[in-house]
Amino acid sequence: MLALSYALPSIIVFVASAALILTGAVGVITLKNPVHAALSLIMTLFGVAVAFIAQQADFLAAVQIIVYAGAIVVLFLFVIMFLGVDRREGVEVQPLVGQKTLALFGVVVTISGVVFMMARSHWVTGIPSLSGSKLANGAHNVNQLGTSVFTTYLFAFEATAALLIIAVVGAVLLARRERSTGEAQ
Amino acid sequence: MNVPAAWYLVLAAVLFGIGAYGLLTRRSALIMFMCLELMLNAVNLTFVTFSRTLSDIGGQASVFFVMVVAAAEVTVGLGIVVAIFRRRSTTSVDELSEMKG
Repeated sequence: MLALSYALPSIIVFVASAALILTGAVGVITLKNPVHAALSLIMTLFGVAVAFIAQQADFLAAVQIIVYAGAIVVLFLFVIMFLGVDRREGVEVQPLVGQKTLALFGVVVTISGVVFMMARSHWVTGIPSLSGSKLANGAHNVNQLGTSVFTTYLFAFEATAALLIIAVVGAVLLARRERSTGEAQ
Repeated sequence: MNVPAAWYLVLAAVLFGIGAYGLLTRRSALIMFMCLELMLNAVNLTFVTFSRTLSDIGGQASVFFVMVVAAAEVTVGLGIVVAIFRRRSTTSVDELSEMKG
């Protein structure tokens, strides 16, 4: 009766988000057509957003949908359309012998190691923050996150602003078509 | 009572594993970027789970910054993919072997 000691809605939400996340993730790595892989990535991102909402991260769930599903995946799709769908990638061909087996082995060892450590030690417990703003006392998530970002993490916030500007300029420079001055275009 | 944090942590670990497997086995640069996004999302999920468990907003602030850096990374990465495609007309990473010794 272990499962019934948690509220049924939270279990249902967890199962739904896990199903979305895992289906989408498997789709990303197995589908051959990059457009389908990008659509399955959206499914995973929605699942992660559901998991965020279930854990009181409302603002991040909204940002997840807007920035990831709305901007990043659209950027992926835009590049796929721009380049033409590259169907030539043979998923079956392995230039490196035993690549898939080795990758599967490495991933399984890593994940089982992490899960084993989680099961045997007490990672999950810790001292709840005393100084920081409490999530538990019902204050609004956006207020707390905003206060935190604009006070404690102000320097990191400014640095990411600079990073974004640099990234935009770099992307424009990379994607710009080189034109010699002789060409009359 | 909400489900225990360990459930979400195991889910994030599995998501990270799927992303890592895809990154190691797929050879289209675009798909590899998508797998990178899967791994980043797994880490974000872990951050949010610990943020809930420890009642600390710092985890969510970290996720905010991870998202910004991921957006910048995708922008520059796709710019590089477009530039490579223009020169080599392929996005397969196996073709890019000029620097092989």
